[in-house]
Amino acid sequence: MKPSRRDFLKIAGASAAVGLGAVPVMEALAASGGHGTSPKAQVEKWPEGLTATHWAMVVDVRKIESAEQIEAMVEACHTVHNVPLLNEKRHEIKWIWGTHYHNAFPSQPHEHISEHLHHILFPVMCNHCQNPPCVRACPTKATFQRESDGLVLMDFHRCIGCRFCMAACPYGSRSFNFRDPRPFIAETNKKFPTRMKGVVEKCNFCAERLAVGQLPACVEASDGILTFGDLGDPDSEVSQLLKENYSLRRKPNLGTGPSVYYIV
Amino acid sequence: MNDKGKIVAGLVIFLVMVTFPFWYNLGKAAPAPEIVLSAQAKAAGACVLPKAEIKTEHMQLLDVWRDTVVREGQRVYVNAEGKKFDMSLSNTCLDCHSNRKEFCDRCHTYASVDPYCYDCHIEDPKENDQ
Amino acid sequence: MLELALKGSKKYWGLLIVLAGIAGVAFLTWLYQLQFGLGITGLSRDVSWGFYIAQFTFLVGVAAGGVMVVLPYYLHDYKAFGRITILGEFLAVAALVMCLLFITVDLGQPMRMLNVLFYPTPNSMLFYDMIVLNGYLFLNIVVGWNVLEAERNGTHYQPWLKPLIYLSIPWAISIHTVTAYLYCGLPGRGFWLTAILAPRFLASAFAAGPALLILLCLIVRHFTRFDPGREQIQALAKIVTYALIANIFFFLCEVFVAGYSQIPEHTDHLKYLFFGLHGHGVLVPWMWTSMALMVAAIILLIVPAARRHEGVLAVSCAMLFIGAWIDKGLGLISAGFVPNPLHEVNEYMPTTPEVMITLGVWAAGFIVLTILYKMATSVKEESAGVLRTRVVES
Repeated sequence: MKPSRRDFLKIAGASAAVGLGAVPVMEALAASGGHGTSPKAQVEKWPEGLTATHWAMVVDVRKIESAEQIEAMVEACHTVHNVPLLNEKRHEIKWIWGTHYHNAFPSQPHEHISEHLHHILFPVMCNHCQNPPCVRACPTKATFQRESDGLVLMDFHRCIGCRFCMAACPYGSRSFNFRDPRPFIAETNKKFPTRMKGVVEKCNFCAERLAVGQLPACVEASDGILTFGDLGDPDSEVSQLLKENYSLRRKPNLGTGPSVYYIV
Repeated sequence: MNDKGKIVAGLVIFLVMVTFPFWYNLGKAAPAPEIVLSAQAKAAGACVLPKAEIKTEHMQLLDVWRDTVVREGQRVYVNAEGKKFDMSLSNTCLDCHSNRKEFCDRCHTYASVDPYCYDCHIEDPKENDQ
Repeated sequence: MLELALKGSKKYWGLLIVLAGIAGVAFLTWLYQLQFGLGITGLSRDVSWGFYIAQFTFLVGVAAGGVMVVLPYYLHDYKAFGRITILGEFLAVAALVMCLLFITVDLGQPMRMLNVLFYPTPNSMLFYDMIVLNGYLFLNIVVGWNVLEAERNGTHYQPWLKPLIYLSIPWAISIHTVTAYLYCGLPGRGFWLTAILAPRFLASAFAAGPALLILLCLIVRHFTRFDPGREQIQALAKIVTYALIANIFFFLCEVFVAGYSQIPEHTDHLKYLFFGLHGHGVLVPWMWTSMALMVAAIILLIVPAARRHEGVLAVSCAMLFIGAWIDKGLGLISAGFVPNPLHEVNEYMPTTPEVMITLGVWAAGFIVLTILYKMATSVKEESAGVLRTRVVES
C-alpha cells in the first residue's frame, strides 16, 4: 500500500512539473506568433488610426440642458457596442449613463447647490483611471491598462467572471453578463462582437473606433458636451479646456486618477 | 485471496468500458466532410495564408490575432504576399466565409470541436436565425 | 486507510446518502446555472458578490480555526490536544473543499478557471488566495493523513512531516489574512476599507471554527466509541470564549471609528445593516439576531458553571456559530456593496436556486467531513482497542 502511494505521488509530481514546464514553451510559441510557417507575416496599425499618450474625456457640464442630450450619447454608445437592454434591473448592463450630481459625486453635494447642477443629469462611464484598481484586482489580466495610451480595456476571451473588478471599481462602471445578452440586443452591429454570459464588460473609450480614426461614439453624439483628446499633448483641445476652466474628477481622494473631467 | 474471480471480472468490465469508444466506432469512420466555399471566398481566390496552412493553423492564427488586436492594438495583418487584412474574425473571416453552416461547422462537427467564437463574433445575421 | 470509510453502520451510510442526495440536487441546479448564467441568483450589477462568496469567506475562517488545536499541541506541547489535532485538520480539509467549490460556483466562466494559472498575476489578491487555499488544503491532507496512519501503525510519524506541521500554523493565519485582503484593499468600499478587517476575520474564525469543532467532538463521542475528551473540549471552550470576545471587541472598534468620525462612507453601511438606509433594510432583523446570539454566547461562555456544563456549552457554541455565520456569511459581504459607489441603495437577497446550490456545497463538504471523521474515529477506536488488549495480556 505504501510504496504504491509514494509512486503515485511521484508520478503526480512529475506530471505537475511537466505541466508547469510547458507553460513557458506555450508562451514562447505565442510570442513568436505561434504559426512558425509564415515568418514573413507582420502586424501593424491602421495609418489613419488616432493615437495618444493619455486619452482623456472632458465633459462640459455647462452645456448640458436636457436628459435627451445624455440619452443620445447612451443610445449611440449602446448601439455601436451591442449593449443589450435587459428588462430585469438586476441584470442591467450599461457602458455610459446619466445620473444626478449627488450620485456622480457622492461626497460633494450640499443643500445650496446651483439650480443647474441640481437638475441636470451627468454622463458617467468608465474613468479609464491612470491607476486603475480593477486592473490591480483582476487575477488573469483580462482587464488591463494599455501601455501606449493608458486605456483600460477588457479581454473578454480571458475573463473568468470572478467579478473582483466590479468590487474594485469605485465608480460602479462595470457590468456583468448575468445571462446570454444576445436576445436582448435590438439591432446588432455586425462590426462589433457581442458578449457571452459570464463575463464583465465596460466602456472602452471606443478603442475599436480610435484604431480606424474615428472619435468615440458618445462624443460624436454629444452636441459638443463631450471633448475627447490627448492630455499628453499640451495643445490638444482637452488640454486647453482644462487649462482654461475649473474642472472636477470623481472621487479624486481615492488616488485612482480618473481620465474623465467635468467642467462645472 | 479468494476474490480472484471478482477482481478479474472487475478488470474485464473496466477494460471494456475504457476501450468502448474504440470498438464501438470500429469500421464506422465518417467520410471527410465536403466544405462549400461562399461566392465571395471563391472570388477572392486566396485566403490570408496558403490553403494548407490556414486549414491546419487557423486556430493558432486567430489566437494570435485576438491577442494582437485586443491587447496590443495592432489591427492590420500583412501576409507574406504583402496583402493587408483587418485582423477581425467577424469583419474579415466571417465576412468572406459567410456560409458558416457549410464551411466552418462541417469541419468542426466532423472534428468534434465546438469553438465558442460564435458566442460573441457574429456570423452572417441571416444564418443566425436558426 | 480509506477502507475504514467503506465499513460503517446503517446510520453512517444513511447520512452519506442524504448528503449525496442534497449535493446531487444542487449539482443539477448548478448545471442549470451554467446554462442560464448567474442571472438565476439574486446578484446584481450593484451587489456583484453575494451568498457564494460570503460562504467562502466564512468557511475560510472555519478552515483557519483548525489551527487552534494544532498550535497548542505542537508549539506549546499541550499534550491533551494530541487526541484531537486530526479532527481539526480534517475539519480544515472539508472546509477548504467547500471554499474551492464556492469559488467555482461563483465564477461566470468556470471553464476558464485555469486562466489564473496560465496568466499568473501577482498584483491580484485572488492569485495569492488561490496559492494559500490550495497550499493549506495540501498541507492538511498530507499532515493529517500521515499522522493518522502512523498512529494506526503504532509508530511515530515521519520526521519530514515536522516542518510541514510547523509551516501549516502560519499558513492557517495566512489563508484568512489574504481572504480579508481581497476586501480591505479596495478603494471606495468604505465598509471593508479598514486595517482591522484581517484581525477581525481571524478572531471570528478562531471563535466559529473551534465552536464547530466542539460540536463535532460531542457528536463523535455520541456516535462512536472514541471520546475526544472532556479536558480537550473545555480547553477549546476557553479558546472560543477569548476569540469571540476579541471578535466583538474588534467589531465595536469599527462601530466607534465609523460612529465617532461620522464619515458617511463608513457609517452608511453600518446604518444599512442595523437600522436600514433610505427605507431599505432586509438585513436589519438578521443582524440584530446575530448580535444577540453572539452576546448571549459570550455570557454563557464566560460563566464557568455554564461553560463546564457540556449541554449548555453545546448550545452556546451553536448560538455563536449561527451568529458568526449571519455576521460574515450574510451581512459582511452584501453590506459592503450597499449603498453602491453612486450612493444608490439596491438590496440583495439570495434566490431559491442560489440557496439550493449553497446547501449542496455544504452537503458536499459534510460528505468529505463524514468520510474523514469516520476514518479518524475508526483508527482511534482501533488503537484504543489494541491498547486495551495489551493491558489485558500483560
